[in-house]
Amino acid sequence: MTTPNLTDAGPRSASTPVGDVVLRVRGLQKYFPIQSSFLRRTIGQVKAVENIDLDVHAGETVGLVGESGCGKSTTGRTMLRLLDPTGGTIEIDGRDVTKLSMRQMVPVRRSAQMIFQDPYSSLNPRHTIGKIISSPWEVQGVNPEGGVKKSVQELMARVGLNPEHYNRFPAEFSGGQRQRIGIARALALRPKLIVCDEPVSALDVSIQAQVLNLLEDLQNEFNLAYVFIAHDLSVVRHIADRIAVMYLGRVMEITDSDSLYRSPRHPYTKALLSAIPLPHPSMRGQRERIVLTGDLPSPSNPPSGCVFRTRCWKAQERCATEIPPLSEISPGTSVACHFPEPAKEPVSFTPPQA
Amino acid sequence: MTAQSTGPATAAGTTKRAFLELDDLKVSFQTEDGVVRAVDGVSFALERGRTMAIVGESGSGKSVTSQAIMGLHSRRAAKITGHAWVDGVDIVTAPDAELRALRGQRMAMIFQDPLSSLHPFYTVGKQLVEAVQAHGEVPKAEARRRAVSMLDRVGIPNAARRVDDYPHSFSGGMRQRAMIAMALINNPALLIADEPTTALDVTVQAQILELIRELQAEYNMAIVLITHDLGVVAESADDVTVMYGGRVVERGGVDEIFSRPSMPYTWGLMSSVPDMEADRGKRLEPIPGQPPSLINLPKGCVFRPRCAYAQHVPDGRCDTERPDLTPVDDGHDARCFLTLDQKRTLAVKATGTEEVA
Ligand SMILES: Nc1ncnc2c1ncn2[C@@H]1O[C@H](COP(=O)(O)OP(=O)(O)OP(=O)(O)O)[C@@H](O)[C@H]1O
Ligand SMILES: Nc1ncnc2c1ncn2[C@@H]1O[C@H](COP(=O)(O)OP(=O)(O)OP(=O)(O)O)[C@@H](O)[C@H]1O
Ligand code: SF4
Ligand code: SF4
Ligand SMILES: [Mg+2]
Ligand SMILES: [Mg+2]
Repeated sequence: MTTPNLTDAGPRSASTPVGDVVLRVRGLQKYFPIQSSFLRRTIGQVKAVENIDLDVHAGETVGLVGESGCGKSTTGRTMLRLLDPTGGTIEIDGRDVTKLSMRQMVPVRRSAQMIFQDPYSSLNPRHTIGKIISSPWEVQGVNPEGGVKKSVQELMARVGLNPEHYNRFPAEFSGGQRQRIGIARALALRPKLIVCDEPVSALDVSIQAQVLNLLEDLQNEFNLAYVFIAHDLSVVRHIADRIAVMYLGRVMEITDSDSLYRSPRHPYTKALLSAIPLPHPSMRGQRERIVLTGDLPSPSNPPSGCVFRTRCWKAQERCATEIPPLSEISPGTSVACHFPEPAKEPVSFTPPQA
Repeated sequence: MTAQSTGPATAAGTTKRAFLELDDLKVSFQTEDGVVRAVDGVSFALERGRTMAIVGESGSGKSVTSQAIMGLHSRRAAKITGHAWVDGVDIVTAPDAELRALRGQRMAMIFQDPLSSLHPFYTVGKQLVEAVQAHGEVPKAEARRRAVSMLDRVGIPNAARRVDDYPHSFSGGMRQRAMIAMALINNPALLIADEPTTALDVTVQAQILELIRELQAEYNMAIVLITHDLGVVAESADDVTVMYGGRVVERGGVDEIFSRPSMPYTWGLMSSVPDMEADRGKRLEPIPGQPPSLINLPKGCVFRPRCAYAQHVPDGRCDTERPDLTPVDDGHDARCFLTLDQKRTLAVKATGTEEVA
C-alpha cells in the first residue's frame, strides 16, 4: 500500500494554492440522454455539466455550490469517473484517466475517493463496520501492514469511532457515526483526493461540526485535497479555500472564499449570498435581498448566450447572443459575465449594535 | 420586547389563556425497549400574529410536540398528559370529530417533505378544492376559484393553468408553495411549520420564509416554526424555545436568546454553526458526545454527560438533581444550576457573543 503523504499542509488560510495539482479537468461535459417512454429513442439531452475547467491542489479544499439540480453531484461523480464524461479531459494525480476502462480505473481509485451525502443508504446494512471499512483493500487486493483488523481499528480510532465496535452493523450507529464510517472507508487507501458530496447535510449542527473538524484534521495530517459539495453556504465558506459557484451545469464564478463572500462579482453569486439568513436578529433588514424571479431553466434546453440571463436583473442584448467565457478579472478570481459587479475592498467587520 | 410566554404558573385559571398554550405536555411511547419519553413536560404560550421557533437536536422532541398540538398522535400508540390549548380547546382531551374540524380550518401544518402531504395521483387543484370543501358547504366553482387565487398568492406562475397539473410536474420549490397553499387555504389561525425549508435551496428558502411572513401579517396567524437552522430563527422568530431530551431547556425572546444565551446546551448549539461573519480559520466547537437516550435519561441534569460547565456548580448538584426552568430575565428562562453571573460571563466565553448593553 502507498505510504501516506505526511507533508505538513501549513496554515489553511493560504488563498493561493501551492501543492501539486491532484485533479485537473478541462472542458468537462456530462449529458444524460432523455428517452421517450414508448420507443426508448433519445429525444433530447440533459446538459448536466457543461464545459468545466478546474484544478485542485494537494492540501486544498475547493467548494462547489449552487442550487439544487445545477450539476454539483454530476460534476463530482464524473471527475472521479463514476460516470463517463461526454466530453473533456480528466487528470488524476498527473495521469490522464479520461478514457480508462473500469478495470484500468481500479488502481487510480487508490488516490481518489468519494464520500456521499446519505450516511444511511451508502453503507451496506448487512455488512459489519469492519467489512465496510476494509472493502477498498479487498477490491484493490491490498494487504495492509499489521493485518486487516488492526488497520481497520486504527482507522476507526482516527475518525473517532470506538474500535471495539468493529463487528457491529450500520443500523447500530447514529447518523454522525455512520458518516465517520464512510470517511474511514474513504481514507483506507490513503487517497490524495476526496470528493465529498454533501457530507454533513443530513447531520445535526453539533454532529456536523464534529465531522467538519475531523475533515479538517485529516486534511492537515495527510495533505488531502477535497472537492466539497454543499448547499449550506456558511459550511462551504468555513471549510473551502476556493469556491466555484455553479449554475445550470456551468461555473459562473470561482475565487477564494473570503473574496467570494466579501465581494461577489457574478450577479448570480450576489443573489445567492443575499438569500442567506443573517445570523443575528439585530441584523434583520440590514441587507438588501435580491429575489430571483422565475424558475431554473431546464438543463435540456438552456437559454442562449448567458444561461443566467432569464433571471438576471442586469441582462442586456449582448447577454442573449454571446456566451460570456469564464475569464480571470482579477488575480485568482474568474467570472463568466459580460457585466461583472465591481470589486469591494476588504472592510473590517463591526459587530451590530443592539 | 413584547408579551412573553407566561408559563403554566400564571396561566391556570386566573389569567386569560394564550391562543396556543402548552401546559406540562408529556408524550410517551411504549416500545419493546421500554418507555420513550419523547416529550417530558413542555410548556409555552403563543399569541396570534407571533412566531415561536422550536430548536434542538434531532430526536429532542420537536416533531412529537408539534404533532401533539395538531392532535395527530394515535391515542393507542402515544400516552399524552398535560394540556395543549388551541383557542380554548384542549387538544389532549378533545374528541376526534372536534380535532378533525379544527385541523385544516383553525390550524394547519406544513411538513419538510412536500410530497408527503400532496397526493401524487390527484391534481394540485383537486386536492385544494377538497381541502376547501372538507370544511363547509362551498360550491365547487367557488372552491376552485379560491384554489387558483391561493396558488397565485403563494407565487405559482400561471396559477389558473397550473392548478390542473399533478404535483410531480412542479419543481421542489413549487411543491413547497403548493403545500403552503394547501395549509393556508382555509385561513387557519395557527400554522405549524416543521422544517418547512430544510430541503430547499437558500434562494427558495428566502422566498418561502418571506411568503410565510406576509401571510402571517395578512391573516394574523400564530406560527410554530420548527427548524435547526439558527439563521432562520434569527430572521423569522419572535420567541424561541430550545429543547433538549424532550424538555424545554431555555426559552425567551429572540433577541434575548441570541444576545444572552443562558445555558450550556444553547451555547453549544451556537458555537457549532459556522459564523458567516467570523474569521474563516476559527475552529468550530461542537457539543461533545451524543444526545441522551429517551428511555434511560441520565440522572441529575439531562445535559450533564455532555456539559463542560458542571464543575462550576458546587456539591456535584448537576449529577444528582434535575434543574428547573428558572428566570434569567423578564420572560427569559433557562434550566441550569449556574448562577446568573456565571450564565452571563461563561456565555461570552462559550459563544463569543459580545454583551451589548
Ligand atoms: N442519471 C441521470 N439521468 C438523467 N438526468 C440526470 C441524472 N443524474 C442527474 N441528472 C440531471 O442532471 C442535472 C444535475 O443533477 P445533479 O444531481 O448533478 O445536481 P446537484 O447540483 O447535485 O443537485 P442537488 O443539490 O439537488 O443534489 C439535473 O437536472 C438532474 O435532473
Ligand atoms: N411513534 C413513536 N414511537 C416510539 N418513539 C417515537 C415515536 N415517534 C417519535 N419517537 C421518538 O421520540 C423522540 C423525539 O422525536 P421527534 O421526531 O420529536 O424528534 P425531533 O426533535 O423532531 O427530531 P428531528 O430534528 O430529527 O426531526 C425520538 O427519540 C424518536 O425516536
Ligand atoms: S452575462 Fe449578462 S445575463 Fe449573464 S450574468 Fe452577466 S449581466 Fe447577467
Ligand atoms: S445544570 Fe449543570 S450539567 Fe446542567 S447545563 Fe447547567 S451546568 Fe451543565
Ligand atoms: Mg447533489
Ligand atoms: Mg422532527
